[in-house]
Amino acid sequence: MMRLEAKFKWLPTPLRSLLLFMVWLLLNNSVSAGHIVLATILAIVIPWMTSPFRTKQPLLIKPGLAFRHLMLVLYDIITANVQVAILILGPNKKLTPGFVKVPLDLTHSMPITILASTVSLTPGTVSAEVYPWQESLMEGEEPEQRFLLIHVLNLTDEEALIKTIKQRYEAPLKEIFQC
Amino acid sequence: MTEWIISILLLIGGTFVLVGSIGLVKMPDFFMRLHGPTKATTLGMASLLTAAMVFFSTTQAGLSVKEILISLFLLLTAPISAYMMIKSAIHHKLDSIERTQGKDNIEDDC
Amino acid sequence: MLETVILIVFAMIGVSLLLNLWRLLIGPSIPDRILALDTMYINSIALIILYGMSMGTALYFEAALLIAMLGFVSTVAVCKYLLRGDIIE
Repeated sequence: MMRLEAKFKWLPTPLRSLLLFMVWLLLNNSVSAGHIVLATILAIVIPWMTSPFRTKQPLLIKPGLAFRHLMLVLYDIITANVQVAILILGPNKKLTPGFVKVPLDLTHSMPITILASTVSLTPGTVSAEVYPWQESLMEGEEPEQRFLLIHVLNLTDEEALIKTIKQRYEAPLKEIFQC
Repeated sequence: MTEWIISILLLIGGTFVLVGSIGLVKMPDFFMRLHGPTKATTLGMASLLTAAMVFFSTTQAGLSVKEILISLFLLLTAPISAYMMIKSAIHHKLDSIERTQGKDNIEDDC
Repeated sequence: MLETVILIVFAMIGVSLLLNLWRLLIGPSIPDRILALDTMYINSIALIILYGMSMGTALYFEAALLIAMLGFVSTVAVCKYLLRGDIIE
């Protein structure tokens, strides 16, 4: 089940607090006691002050799996970039670009955003659009099936590409957010 | 030793940035041009900034890890700006080259 | 050795900036020009970081961070303007 509320009221978004803490220490480039105290105060006060006007986002349920998935994506980014570099430097005539529609199992907009970003950064694909159009839906209406439109630099096997995206990137996200 | 690591990282980064720009100039239509800058340039920048991190950590007093911030920021924002650009390109109905497959997958916006 | 490598990478980034400028000038469409401008932003960050390295000072880091943020925001703002004819509705 997807979870929107955090365990503790005073810490509405644990991951964002951790991010704020790290960014403050990195910006100052120090781990002195004063900066740690200031970073802790900022990491608790800022999410607490901004939580009333933010829409609730699903929380990470399996942080360990999320970390493993992040490592996998980073590895894929590096290997995929070498392939894309070779494709770019090779002759243009050999490339067969194409648009592909990937059916999505995810329903919430935040996991879809993460999936679209990973697709944009990995092998020769850029995500273009999520169908159906948000504007064409009624307020609060849920579409039956969402699609992600992606542009592929060198499309050879459409079925295999859709299968890779669904298994390698979408399935872990589904498990991480439990939705 | 560290000099070698910095040099190799710098050269990899420079090559990727250059490949991204070559893709920008060489490709025949907008959708294919988008692939170079979003992927190759971002990875090139990450590599350059890692080189800078190693350089400043060894030449100056203390560890310098704040360059990670720029890499992280670029990695997070590159897909978003690519998405915005391809969305506006579809909105303006830019032509893709003729051999593009699955053009009917694009739906008209309202 | 490092000085030579930094000079070579300077040349690489300079060439890519010129290529971006070429794309910015010939277009042909507005999204193409936005893409070229966005890439120029990112390449100028690389140039600033390299300059800081060749001068041996980390002072330019803040400038690079600011350019990264402003580049992203301006790209999104221009795209939003193209899409809707308005930035904040």
